[in-house]
Amino acid sequence: MAESYLPVSHLPTAAPRQKSVIPGFGLTLGLTVLWLSLVVLIPLAALFLKTAELPLDRLVAILTAPRTLNALKISFGLSLVAAGVNLVFGAVVVWALVRYDFPGRRVLDALIDIPFALPTAVAGIALTTLYAENGWIGSWLAPLGIKVAFTPLGILIALIFIGLPFVVRTVQPVLEDLDHELEEAAATLGAGRWTTIRRVVLPAVLPAFLTGFALAFARAVGEYGSVIFIAGNLPNVSEIAPLLIVIRLEEFRYADATAIAATMLVAAFALLFVINGLQRWQENRTGRLK
Amino acid sequence: MSDPSIRSEPTAVKWAIIGAAALIVALLVILPLINVFAQAFSKGWEAYAAALVDPDALAAIELTLIVTVISVAANTAMGLVMAWAITKFAFPGKSFLITLIDLPFSVSPVVAGLAFVLLFGAQGYFGPWLIDNGWKIIFAWPGITLATIFVTFPFVARELIPLMQEQGTTEEEAAVTLGAGGWTVFRRVTLPNIKWALLYGVLLCNARAMGEFGAVSVVSGHVRGETNTIPLQVEILYNEYQFQASFAVASLLAFLAIVTLLAKSLLEARLGGHQR
Amino acid sequence: MSFSFKHAAAAALIAAVALPLFAPLAAQAADVSLLNVSYDPTRELYQQYNKLFAQKFQKDTGKTIEIKASHGGSGKQARSVIDGLEADVVTLALAYDIDAIADKGFLDKDWQKRLPDNSSPYTSTIVFLVRKGNPKDIKDWNDLVKPGVQVITPNPKTSGGARWNYLAAYAYALKQNNGDEAKAKDFLKALFKNVPVLDTGARGSTVTFTERGVGDVLLAWENEAFLSKKEFGDDKFDIVIPSLSILAEPPVAIVDKNVDRKGTRAAAEAYLTFLYSKEGQKLAAENFYRPRDEEVARQFDKVFPQLNLVTIDDPALGGWRKAQATHFADGGVFDQIYSN
Repeated sequence: MAESYLPVSHLPTAAPRQKSVIPGFGLTLGLTVLWLSLVVLIPLAALFLKTAELPLDRLVAILTAPRTLNALKISFGLSLVAAGVNLVFGAVVVWALVRYDFPGRRVLDALIDIPFALPTAVAGIALTTLYAENGWIGSWLAPLGIKVAFTPLGILIALIFIGLPFVVRTVQPVLEDLDHELEEAAATLGAGRWTTIRRVVLPAVLPAFLTGFALAFARAVGEYGSVIFIAGNLPNVSEIAPLLIVIRLEEFRYADATAIAATMLVAAFALLFVINGLQRWQENRTGRLK
Repeated sequence: MSDPSIRSEPTAVKWAIIGAAALIVALLVILPLINVFAQAFSKGWEAYAAALVDPDALAAIELTLIVTVISVAANTAMGLVMAWAITKFAFPGKSFLITLIDLPFSVSPVVAGLAFVLLFGAQGYFGPWLIDNGWKIIFAWPGITLATIFVTFPFVARELIPLMQEQGTTEEEAAVTLGAGGWTVFRRVTLPNIKWALLYGVLLCNARAMGEFGAVSVVSGHVRGETNTIPLQVEILYNEYQFQASFAVASLLAFLAIVTLLAKSLLEARLGGHQR
Repeated sequence: MSFSFKHAAAAALIAAVALPLFAPLAAQAADVSLLNVSYDPTRELYQQYNKLFAQKFQKDTGKTIEIKASHGGSGKQARSVIDGLEADVVTLALAYDIDAIADKGFLDKDWQKRLPDNSSPYTSTIVFLVRKGNPKDIKDWNDLVKPGVQVITPNPKTSGGARWNYLAAYAYALKQNNGDEAKAKDFLKALFKNVPVLDTGARGSTVTFTERGVGDVLLAWENEAFLSKKEFGDDKFDIVIPSLSILAEPPVAIVDKNVDRKGTRAAAEAYLTFLYSKEGQKLAAENFYRPRDEEVARQFDKVFPQLNLVTIDDPALGGWRKAQATHFADGGVFDQIYSN
């Protein structure tokens, strides 16, 4: 079962017959394009239009301003790190869930979706109270000199939190459907367990891991609600790009807000195409899984 | 099946991995959830109930329900339409169309909110005309609904497309050949096949719609008792020294998350048989 | 199964159509409805004032009135009104933010002359809130630039209180350096180097300092500092009065364009005028805003400390339009000292 919050672009490899007898093509495609245009394309086009109204030098000045660059660096950099951490966490969790039977496995499995189902603002205030110096976790870390809330580390925690289900849920079905015989053959041929995992399992699940990584990254880059409470929001240090958009908007600086937003939109497009490419790779690698 | 022990790690390694997985989920996922309820009830039941019956909180709940119902209904209807167009017919540009449907997933909610302000704000492209004609979009429920529809746009279609793709068009073609009209085919043939996947998509769409924060925060205007949704009310209370009340309202959303997970597990049990 | 599914779908559809129809009915319970768009720390004040005014309004006119409120950083709130938030009245932290709304044609440019006392029914100032016992021994502005002192203030770009904070510090630095602007700028630069968190509104900063325990000193509205002590108890925080601060005049105004469209001008005028009445002034004072009315002020003179105040129209600061252009505009002094 593919999670519908994952954009799993499973594309029609075998196209239906050219001339379908099924009615409604014009109507449904027309409505699809209309709906897509009204809700998604026109608003996003407005964003680009507004950005295009800016003189080029102004646009360059906005995007190369230290604060903009730092915000983009923080958003993209920490999202990258968070997605990387989620690769490790996700691998551990998914291996335990798929390969082992233990009491509470089903509950653990269901809980993986909490970061998706829990609204971001709730996650934000919950994580902040946990990791603040007087919080349940923060009070343990404070004596060690580790500050999480109101530092970039806090942003990282929030981004790891929201990204975890994406890696787990992308890799899980692939690992479940992995052919047992390959591993058994490798073992029979004398390969050690570690070698088998490295040479047989890993290549098979690698595309899924990369897809999960890209999805977690894409989600983290645009994340707002869970981050702003815990971030501290100090310019150049712990200010994420979406927050900078909001701040620019609040400062009447529409040009800045739209320019940064357009940049993030371009990045979103690029990421989607990367994700689609990864998924196609995965389908080629593992055949049709669903 | 042959000897499963070949495909397994030493017991110590196995339990280390399970332990690590449990620890990760406990620290990262479960603790925040428990914390929401712990904080919500930190001043007892009475304070908890008082926070929920506050008029502004009730208004926020009402607004959230209205916005969610409209958004989910719209995305359900249009999700079916989009999935129908994409899976029942062949046409050029299909994969690009699917990518566009996915787009709202990777667009920052804040960027979405900003786009609607640029269109419908008083300084935006259509704003002045709308305001002169008495239409309120931004800082009113229509804008909040639009933003919510945007962020939940792919959920239903995303769930239906792979399933309907897999089921193909044979059954529908047979029905058409037997003389059934398009609506009848959809209702009698397609819908029974996809109803659980549809419910699943609706469930996730609903969870996301009720909890949306970033996009809604940009277009809301934060008028208490009028344009605050539950997540915005949580933020406002949080910024108002009223931590316990904030978490009490937040606990509604956390409860919704738990219900969503339960319903999801039940639906997956049903979908499992269908799909594998 | 398919039965229950159909029923669920039908119920959802009916609910989708019906709910929005009922919603406006519930919302339109009162005869008149006003929206007051205000800044961050006035939440408690206007919560009480709205109740008080609604009683008076009903007694005077026989009509019921409902007052909605929105709070946030002052600059951000002004932006919302400009973007179409239909405020009948704005009660913001400083005159420039209302000027910005007036510049877009929402109200008359000389709005500030329409009500007494620069349209500011109450005043406030900026003080320091420190942790109990003042462990970092902070007595005046120059203690804020010392290494190791963490200062909490909101973002001057979005918050009105933060702009008063900034200008008070600037006025102090000018005075210390005999009007040398370069040295005053250096002082601000050093001060903001000690700021670890920059929230968008005054309330966010207060929460950061009081609840989250970040920082050694909060540059706060006087009313916000008193409120913090009241909320958390006298044993948690102390208020420090600097040698010099600024007279903050948070102004109020009717948004002409919106009240004329909605036909709410009379109610909006009554709402603002009542702020100047004895009852309104007393309520403001009880919420730690300094009242304009001398008689009320005398009743509360023990509450508010005496201190040295400069005004925004002091030649060194040159009024809000100049201060905004010099310090807070794009590429202004604040941008220069902040981006390094």
